[in-house]
Amino acid sequence: MGEIKRMDLEYSQLDSDRMRINVGPQHPSTHGVLRLEVEVDGEIVTEVVPHLGYLHRSFEKHCEKLNYQQIIPFIDRMDYISAMNNEWPYVMALEKMLDIKVPEKVEYIRVIVAELNRIANHQIAVATFGMDAGAFTPFLYYFRDREAIISILERLSGARLLYNYFRVGGMAADIYPGFKDDCLNVVKQVRKTNAEIMKLLIHNSIFIKRSANVGILTPEVAINYACSGPVLRGSGVAHDLRRDEPYSVYDRFDFEIPVGKGDVGVVGDCWNRNIVRVHEMEQSCRIIEQALAQMPETGDVKAMIPKRIKLPKGEVYMRTENPKGDLGFYIVSNGTDKPERMKARGTSFVNLSVIPEISKGYMFADLILILGSIDIVLGEVDR
Amino acid sequence: MFEYFKNIWSGFTTALHGMAITSSHIFAKSVTIQYPDEKLTLPSNARNRLQLEMSRCNACNSCAVACPVNCITVEGTRVSPDDPQQDVHWDGKPRKMWVTRYEIDFAKCCFCGLCQSACPTDAIKHTVEYEYSEYDRNKLLYKFQTLSPAEAEEKKRLLAEFRAKEKEKECSSTAGKAHEAKE
Amino acid sequence: MESTNFLWDLFGRNVWTVLAVISLPLLFVLVYALIAILAELKISAWIQERLGPMRTGPWGILQPVAEVIKLLQKEDITPDQSSKLLYNLAPFIIFTGAYAAFAVIPFSSAFVPAGIDVGLFYVFAIGSISAMGIVMGGWASNNKYSLMGAMRSISQLISYEIPAAMAILSVVVLTSSMNMQEISSMQSGGFWNWFIFGGPGGWSKLWVIPFTIGLTIIYFIASLAETNRVPFDIPEGESELVAGFHTEYSGMKFAMFFFAEYANMFVVSAILTTIFLGGWNSPFGDFLQGPWWGVFWFILKSFFIVLLQIWIRWTLPRFRVDQLMHVGWKVLLPLSFVCFVAISLFAMLN
Ligand code: SF4
Ligand code: SF4
Repeated sequence: MGEIKRMDLEYSQLDSDRMRINVGPQHPSTHGVLRLEVEVDGEIVTEVVPHLGYLHRSFEKHCEKLNYQQIIPFIDRMDYISAMNNEWPYVMALEKMLDIKVPEKVEYIRVIVAELNRIANHQIAVATFGMDAGAFTPFLYYFRDREAIISILERLSGARLLYNYFRVGGMAADIYPGFKDDCLNVVKQVRKTNAEIMKLLIHNSIFIKRSANVGILTPEVAINYACSGPVLRGSGVAHDLRRDEPYSVYDRFDFEIPVGKGDVGVVGDCWNRNIVRVHEMEQSCRIIEQALAQMPETGDVKAMIPKRIKLPKGEVYMRTENPKGDLGFYIVSNGTDKPERMKARGTSFVNLSVIPEISKGYMFADLILILGSIDIVLGEVDR
Repeated sequence: MFEYFKNIWSGFTTALHGMAITSSHIFAKSVTIQYPDEKLTLPSNARNRLQLEMSRCNACNSCAVACPVNCITVEGTRVSPDDPQQDVHWDGKPRKMWVTRYEIDFAKCCFCGLCQSACPTDAIKHTVEYEYSEYDRNKLLYKFQTLSPAEAEEKKRLLAEFRAKEKEKECSSTAGKAHEAKE
Repeated sequence: MESTNFLWDLFGRNVWTVLAVISLPLLFVLVYALIAILAELKISAWIQERLGPMRTGPWGILQPVAEVIKLLQKEDITPDQSSKLLYNLAPFIIFTGAYAAFAVIPFSSAFVPAGIDVGLFYVFAIGSISAMGIVMGGWASNNKYSLMGAMRSISQLISYEIPAAMAILSVVVLTSSMNMQEISSMQSGGFWNWFIFGGPGGWSKLWVIPFTIGLTIIYFIASLAETNRVPFDIPEGESELVAGFHTEYSGMKFAMFFFAEYANMFVVSAILTTIFLGGWNSPFGDFLQGPWWGVFWFILKSFFIVLLQIWIRWTLPRFRVDQLMHVGWKVLLPLSFVCFVAISLFAMLN
């Protein structure tokens, strides 16, 4: 200690134009342990370099040591906010490989839990986005509602966040009596709160000023960076795997794909990315209602498959629409019960890569909002 | 100019709207659960601390194999027929295996529930008990075996003795047989 | 003019009474800050459908006390590379700035710590001292977040002082006095005589009422900015600047910032009350009027404004730096000029 020497700076020596700031890894609004190295000119951001890896757990390598069943709990821990949606593409990939037809009821349960989880994810996304803008109250209103969703999923699977509910060819457990009513109550409450948040936050003039015309992501850039999910749809590209590559029973439902229309701000700005999520919650509500009505009352939810799953030699890629975008799993099998290679296409990771592109030239405070509007989960970015 | 005043007006009114909404919540019922005093009732299938029912477990090791984080250690030894102490399972069937070691390290466990679904006899089960934090990580190593190490050694010795006796018998009987054949 | 300080009437002016006069507001600030912190905790909780603190004391009413004790016990960390003198001085300067303003606040017709004739002017002069403290603290911490927070804070304080001054000046035009006690006493005789409704005067004042109401709102908004409250809490802008200029402060020094913020909230509310809401006057003419009731009314009104600030804080998002400047210079300033001119016209016609 004490060795640090004060420099006597001459005015001419003072570097007056640029300042480098580290945002994170411990910072109130980096949504986890992300570190952004930001260069600012006064308040204007001139450069952003995201540094990743603070949460790296070597997921893909680890999977090579686990059998197919044991991988599912680890997949939960990628995007831990929407674990149900994470498990789905993986399970579907295995089913595709094994050529298993899943029972009808299972498909409906999967749709419902995935959409419930999508609502929960978007609630967090919109809420934290509002909090980045300084509005704390909507955050807690959304968390209050999310609690209802979480408890439904808890009663189904036994865990509140990391469900491990999907099984190859079925589900871990059947739905409980009263599940339908619970879901309908959630749908009602989600709609009510959304109407309130629309007034309280989304259409608040300060919020519009903050988020509209900020972080504009043009459709071309979004496609070039392989963005997906609300980030891409906020730029006006109606791409949704649920409709474009219908998997499961999604082709039986009537729902729309909300895109950023630019009724406030311009297409592709933070406000539009955010409003897409709010509208998607409504669409998820519609899907849940239809699925509940169509779901067969009876049926087995556990398909008969051997305890030890052995995949035939070969490879498979399966992707689904995660709340954050396309989530895909690529599995190379060598015929044993462990994958030879497992690759996850992390949505958040891909979407995050667009940050340096769209945040240059905006103000420092905008950078935080842009980051919030992308809705990343560091568990998935670093894996 | 019109835009300018419209902006100010909308800024003002939307702020008032927001305040109306927040104030309408002031008298709403609070959702707080005052944790140690009140507790959420967990569903019966909630996956929390594991509990082993020794009378069901037959040391088959399925749970340890199923566990993705290797936090279960199971060791068993066959029950020697000469053992003066014989045990029965919960369903009245005689016990074939002594569980000499059954440890779960809850510091590692990720509560995935795979062990529970792998167990053929429903011996290992998740409970709704979640308040078991410890200051010392080693205290999270739960030992479920009912036999003390000395007893376990004893069982192993008994089995080894029995095996040796069997072998001897077998040897002598085969030797006898060979003898007979010779004759 | 009759004396405005009951202590001097009773005991004469000597060292002890002066000390008492000085310490009365300090006592008040301490008690008030605890109550305001509790109000902040509880109101935010109720707005968000929570319970708020419930464990310290019945319904958690001792929570602020516990928090202050916690802050006192905390380790006092001084960054290694900070400019020690300025770093240590800053919290005191800020608190002094906030506290000194209490000298001219008329709590009651019988008590104003220092009844100087240029009270309003003094408040403004003293108010700028806290800006100095913020810059000192922000710069001396040798932290980029602190520095940015301090820079923002200065530009914000300077730009919002002008609309606030315009609002106050127009009252000075109406009263031709800068003595806060005089301004208060002019508004006696019911809420209709408060300056938010154009002050005392006959029916001719009707057309000026929109302007005075507008000025009240302008002053209120500007005062939010001056106390760094949401939606103008950019210097502390939690989501980008961690904690703004006091990022590096901890323990007692942080507590000083904390107290200063709440004291400042009261000061601006008290000024708003004095010049627009009739000060210590009862809203019902002679009903419940008097020195003791004055204290009651004054604190009640000021606290109402403080609650309003808290309520707004838990409702609105925060502005961005440039938008803040926009609101300050392009919205509040021109509007306050318009109101000022209108009121001056009214004053000249009368
Ligand atoms: S719950 Fe999962 S991690 Fe825990 S012991 Fe069972 S299999 Fe292992
Ligand atoms: S708990 Fe169940 S799976 Fe594990 S060893 Fe015992 S019987 Fe086998």
